[in-house]
Amino acid sequence: MGGVEGYMYPNEINLYWSVLIVVYPYVTGLVAGAFILASLVRIFNVREVAPTYRLALLTALAFLIVAPLPLLLHLGHPERSFEMYFTPHDTSAMAMFGYVYIWYLMAVLLFEIWLDFRQDIILTARSSKGLKRTFYFLLSLGSNNTSEHSLAIDERAGWIVTLIGIPSAFLLHGYVGFIFGSIKANPWWSSPLMPVVFIFSAMVSGIALVLLVYMFTTRVRRREIDMPCVDTIAKYLFYIFIIDFVLEMLDLVHRIYVADESFRSISFMVHTKLYFSQIVLQIYIGTLAPLLLLGIVQVTRFSPAVRKAIYVVSAALVEVAVLSMRWNVVIGGQLFSKSFLGYTTYKIGLITHEGVLMSIFLTLLPLGILWILVKILPPWPDLKRGMNHAAGTTMP
Amino acid sequence: MKNFRDSEHLLRFAFLFAMLFVLFLVARHFVVPKSFGEYGHYRGAAIAEMAAPQPHFAGQSACEACHTDIAAKKKTGMHSGVHCEACHGPLARHAADPASVQPLKLDTAVLCVRCHAASAAKPKNFPQVAAADHSGGLACETCHHPHSPAIQGGGAK
Amino acid sequence: MNLNRRQFLVLVPVAAAAWQYVLAGTPQDAPNYQLTEHWWGMLLDITKCIGCGNCVRACQAENDVPDEYFRTWVERYLRTDWNLTTPEVISPDGGKEGFPAAEEVKNGMYFFVPKMCNHCADSPCTQVCPVGATFITPDGVVLIDQTYCLGCAYCVQACPYGCRYIHPTKHVADKCTLCYHRITKGLTTACCENCPTGARQLVDLKNPNDPIHAFLKTHDVHVLKPEMATGAKAFYNGLDGSVR
Repeated sequence: MGGVEGYMYPNEINLYWSVLIVVYPYVTGLVAGAFILASLVRIFNVREVAPTYRLALLTALAFLIVAPLPLLLHLGHPERSFEMYFTPHDTSAMAMFGYVYIWYLMAVLLFEIWLDFRQDIILTARSSKGLKRTFYFLLSLGSNNTSEHSLAIDERAGWIVTLIGIPSAFLLHGYVGFIFGSIKANPWWSSPLMPVVFIFSAMVSGIALVLLVYMFTTRVRRREIDMPCVDTIAKYLFYIFIIDFVLEMLDLVHRIYVADESFRSISFMVHTKLYFSQIVLQIYIGTLAPLLLLGIVQVTRFSPAVRKAIYVVSAALVEVAVLSMRWNVVIGGQLFSKSFLGYTTYKIGLITHEGVLMSIFLTLLPLGILWILVKILPPWPDLKRGMNHAAGTTMP
Repeated sequence: MKNFRDSEHLLRFAFLFAMLFVLFLVARHFVVPKSFGEYGHYRGAAIAEMAAPQPHFAGQSACEACHTDIAAKKKTGMHSGVHCEACHGPLARHAADPASVQPLKLDTAVLCVRCHAASAAKPKNFPQVAAADHSGGLACETCHHPHSPAIQGGGAK
Repeated sequence: MNLNRRQFLVLVPVAAAAWQYVLAGTPQDAPNYQLTEHWWGMLLDITKCIGCGNCVRACQAENDVPDEYFRTWVERYLRTDWNLTTPEVISPDGGKEGFPAAEEVKNGMYFFVPKMCNHCADSPCTQVCPVGATFITPDGVVLIDQTYCLGCAYCVQACPYGCRYIHPTKHVADKCTLCYHRITKGLTTACCENCPTGARQLVDLKNPNDPIHAFLKTHDVHVLKPEMATGAKAFYNGLDGSVR
């Protein structure tokens, strides 16, 4: 058998969860993280990051639309996926996905975006003609009320939706962690910390993504990057990343110290097959380097140009860290035998439907969708139409 | 009244949500298999479907029903616990219609050593031989009859 | 050896009478099978297994198991005296064609372990299935509804014993059915039918006359990975502590 060292149960030699299942929690995590950043503005009244509020919402939506695709493509029978909605098994963590997803899509993200953009949609419908007018009319669901009072009601409703949205975002991604954390047969996954680690790494990756998207789009639009905004985002990124890193290290240290029956096997794996993706990519390059960079910014006074460069580099490294963390969890969990006596090799395809190109496509697809969303609903803070919810208007 | 006029657009969104939910319930009614939940959270009819396929191995009692002579011979020997199809292969079709399929002539040179080739991994009380030294190249059935392998009267019968 | 006599005889004995219904595809008319009157499991006797691979071949012939995947397989353990918990294990092609001859080792012990689905009473695989495509039947057999399975492989990940796989052409989960199509017709499983040493015995715990009850009183019988608390019903006689 190619790629097997030691002893694998014969059915374990092939990996059943491919790189698509790496992409899936990564994309879902970006959704949750982007939404948490938006909620900073609305619920936690962090006014500095207001310029990214609408962009964060649209980013979350773009990634949420793509989130189920890697799952669907990975299924042996995607045409049966509706069964997950019709006969969800109440003891299965995975059965929750359909419902959490729809809840999050419809009740949280779409609703909040609709509320926030409703006035813009109506105004666009009024000022345009033909198909465009029809399109925006449909988007407005036929409502044509932009009175002060109705907007105030939207504001209040949006605040409530965001309030519900925060636990929903935690639920959406926490449950992804629980899918892995609840598998008692697999010691690499089985951990009550798994959902927590997933949530915090999701926040980190989502915040870093919105930071990158904001800086990139602002540059493309030839506008000034709002330094207090990116400084604040970077500060939050730094602190949340510390929590995330501490949790992950806690998990690691606990494993090393407890050293249960699986430890020798897993330790060997981390030092060989996962060495590059776990130790080098995730911990050194993806975590310690950006933590150092972001930490230095917190205690020194660099010029805006230097800070911007540091933020871009750090945020990009954070994405590397979180993506490799997903890889290490999903693929790492299948490389060692549940007999703890051997290791297999993941033979990743390039152009197969579960291969590298498909994964890259699915990871980048949300950015394409975001581009379209931005065309339909411009989120730019400098395009205010009389009123800007994002500028830190908060409700009691 | 003013409150309603200024918040009715929220109802529009809620209505959209409700319509999707109703659509879902209707679809669910038609799509979920009838026997789902009969015994538990699964399609009850699946049990009968899983029980339906035809066996390939007929089973010992089917063999003994006809081959009474061989069954009687086997009962007295060391191979009494070895079922016919363990050596002769799956013969359910033969049991159904003896003329349709005839068991192949077995090659004892391959068959016997599958079990009896000596290996330190096998239980010590299991009869095993180093085939090359044991028979000097003679076929196993020269001395041992497979249906009752103990050597009687010092040679083949 | 009169063929005609045999053709005639096939219709006479009681076993053959049931067999007729079976072949006609109407097992419901065969001697009444009641779901609630059985609770199936299997006894695997390590002290009797010779590693011939007959069970693996029989399973493949009976159930169309795809190459390189296994509903049952046999492992050969070498447990050395200085490391009782880390054995050397091999299972070339699942033990389908037997094992290479082993030389006696001074400070160690060889033995064979047949593996299969444990038909767990509290199975993690049925727990995690998102749609109810795998389940335990009222007679204690864990089955897969392959017309309903999504092929998500969550159950494959959840099985602590490595008994499940995704069928390479059907793209659904697959594993041992305890020859459900046989045991419901009064036959034993293909692996038991073909085990030359009686190392595998189908057991029905609800049958008070099943020899398993007497056997369990006098033998040292364990299940694999009891710490997983799966309610495994593959009972191993003579199970060494090093077996995973």
